[in-house]
Amino acid sequence: MTESTLIKLAIVILFLPLIGFIIAIFFGKKVKYTYVLEVLTVGAAFILSAFLAYEKLTNFVDREIISEFTWINIGSVSIQLGMLLDNISVIMIFTVTLVSLVVHVYSVAYMKGDKLYGRYFAYLGLFTFSMTGIVFTHNFLMMYIFWELVGLSSYLLIGFWFEKKSASDAGKKAFIVNRIGDIGMFLGILILFLTYNTFSFDTIFSQISGGVLPFGTETGLTIAGLLIFCGAIGKSAQFPLHVWLPDAMEGPTPVSALIHAATMVAAGVYLVARVFTMLTGDALLIIAIIGGLSAFIPATIALTQNDIKKVLAYSTISQLGYMIMSLGVGAYVFAFLHLITHAFFKACLFLGSGSVIQAMHHEQDITKMGGLRKKLPFTYVTFLVASLALSGIPLTSGFLSKDGILAGTTAFASLTGHWLLPVAGFSVALLTAFYMFRLIILTFHSAPADQHKYEHAHESPKLMVIPLIVLSALSLFIWFTPNPLNPDAGAFLSKWVKTPEISVPENARYDFMNSAVAGESSHHEIIYSEEYTEALHGAHVPAMIISLIMALSGIGLAFLFYQYKKVNVDKLAEKFKPLYKLSYNKWYFDEIYQASFVAGTIGLSRLLAWFDNKIIDGIVNGSATVTKWFSNFSGTFDNVIVDGIVNFVAYFSGILGLVFRKFQTGKVQTYIVFVIFSIVILLFLFKPF
Amino acid sequence: MNVGLNHFLIVSTILFSFGIFGIVTRKNAVMVLMGIELILNAANINFVAFARYGSFGYNGQVMALFVIVLAAAEAAIALAILLNIYKTFTTVNVDEIDRMKE
Repeated sequence: MTESTLIKLAIVILFLPLIGFIIAIFFGKKVKYTYVLEVLTVGAAFILSAFLAYEKLTNFVDREIISEFTWINIGSVSIQLGMLLDNISVIMIFTVTLVSLVVHVYSVAYMKGDKLYGRYFAYLGLFTFSMTGIVFTHNFLMMYIFWELVGLSSYLLIGFWFEKKSASDAGKKAFIVNRIGDIGMFLGILILFLTYNTFSFDTIFSQISGGVLPFGTETGLTIAGLLIFCGAIGKSAQFPLHVWLPDAMEGPTPVSALIHAATMVAAGVYLVARVFTMLTGDALLIIAIIGGLSAFIPATIALTQNDIKKVLAYSTISQLGYMIMSLGVGAYVFAFLHLITHAFFKACLFLGSGSVIQAMHHEQDITKMGGLRKKLPFTYVTFLVASLALSGIPLTSGFLSKDGILAGTTAFASLTGHWLLPVAGFSVALLTAFYMFRLIILTFHSAPADQHKYEHAHESPKLMVIPLIVLSALSLFIWFTPNPLNPDAGAFLSKWVKTPEISVPENARYDFMNSAVAGESSHHEIIYSEEYTEALHGAHVPAMIISLIMALSGIGLAFLFYQYKKVNVDKLAEKFKPLYKLSYNKWYFDEIYQASFVAGTIGLSRLLAWFDNKIIDGIVNGSATVTKWFSNFSGTFDNVIVDGIVNFVAYFSGILGLVFRKFQTGKVQTYIVFVIFSIVILLFLFKPF
Repeated sequence: MNVGLNHFLIVSTILFSFGIFGIVTRKNAVMVLMGIELILNAANINFVAFARYGSFGYNGQVMALFVIVLAAAEAAIALAILLNIYKTFTTVNVDEIDRMKE
């Protein structure tokens, strides 16, 4: 197995879902079993990815395999397209194809009977293709192209039931909000391209470490990094562009699991991880703050939501905020670990919620559920495992990554003094455990709220249960590390995923990120200062204990509130009414955006329309009036003056004719008289004699 | 009193004027023709007079003879036309013969 074989394998993985998509979208009506084809192509892609990841991580673990070709030559600028296989991309592709396959299988049962069954699978194939492209790209241009393609497939799948007004609106909202972030990303890419004349990651990064900076300053690099991060804000639904993700739950539930929980929204995190090496300290700090806000705000919103999918959506934003914050504080490896673990357990949660929703005949309100534990045993157990992972309980994968993130944040705060970040992180751990167990108790434990629907509820078919079992099994610690309390023990962190070396100039990076001494760094791995290593080491156990206490107390509170009803929830809500309303109404983000940006845009449009109607049209109409008036004038001139002269000449001739007609008597004698008089007159006049 | 050229010219002028007067005033076409004859004869007198007092030799007399012949022919043709007019209109009153006007 050589490097070029791996590249070929990656290309096959990239194009398999595309082939499935093309066949399904163009021949979907003629070929009846397109979904089988889709499942097979994605399945094949998954097997190949597994093989690729295995090969890469065993035989080429320290190598970055790059294959590129020149796509366009313009003068001195040549644009390269290519593939990049490094550890995070192969792990990512493994995760993407795995979750995609599981969701495909689940969808076969879940979407059965939908009239656009074939098209649904075609869209899933398109999404898988685009996501694979994002993972494998080695340059910003392809990244941007596939970035937009996942945006497109996300739009198509959110609005899949487009006959529903709310679904098509949600699709549009997701698309437009994502565009806002993408504009920033596009500008960032343009700045980098103008500076370095290339889109390739490795060339740009090596030039940055060579001292070439956009606009020649570190600030330029900060701006470029933050602009690229804007793309991640949009795609990963970070504050303040997080508003589209909850609405995106209008799409089919398997789509929410695949795109809006596990993979696409994680693309933003993946992007930041990709460009991590070029982010300056300032940029990372802002990223950390945005991540912290995105972790905290949606977690508080999720407390009071009653729609099962909305709760999970806000939880997704919150967890993505964790990852972004983790990247921002420099805990790169834990962010990536959390990305992978979160993909599995959140996909499991969404698919579980799909199972619940179908069992309850498309009821999504958790206050109308209850007692489903007995009716849906498999769904309940898998949901519970995934919730424990999300809450960060030991023996689950979520515990490993969340603990790592919190430890990294604490270590960062102890060195730089930004204590609000770990405080937000720990409170989110509490909130997460609380709202997840509120969800579980209301759905599965408490007395059935709707007896009729409860009676008719039944466990989902095997095709839906097996994916749940697979994903919940993947939410356990064993896949990542042999020691459930120490993530570093596993190959994942100790061998595969390493924080890349920072390329930005030393004065612009975090103090604790040292530059490599020549010859010392073998794998372009970052070298942390001793204080940071010590702080991280020291923060590990306290963070673990605190986060565990937080998670357990969150679970305990949820049981107190909803299972044993020790506290009257309604009274509590009444007591803290402003806070409750703030949370219930999602911090009024939609209303604020409606009032500011939407209304502002509409107002501006109105103003422009008014300007068009009154000023522009006024000028046009005015000139029309002037022209009309002038035409009237010249018309009148023609009619009166010119025609008048002509008519007058005619009239005058007529008069003359009338006068001279009198002479034409027809009598020769008269003529003779005239002749004689004329001669006499002429004689007198000219006097010839 | 010595008779000179001017006397002849005065006579011919009077004759010419009578001729014109006749043409213009007479209603009868025959009388108009007679006026024309008068004018022709006034011209003849002028020819002869200028020949007598001028230095043209006998050219004037010759010319007068031509005019007399021409006048005879003209009178014949004009009277023939008059006869036809009379046949057509049953009148020789020139005022009534005005069809050309229409």
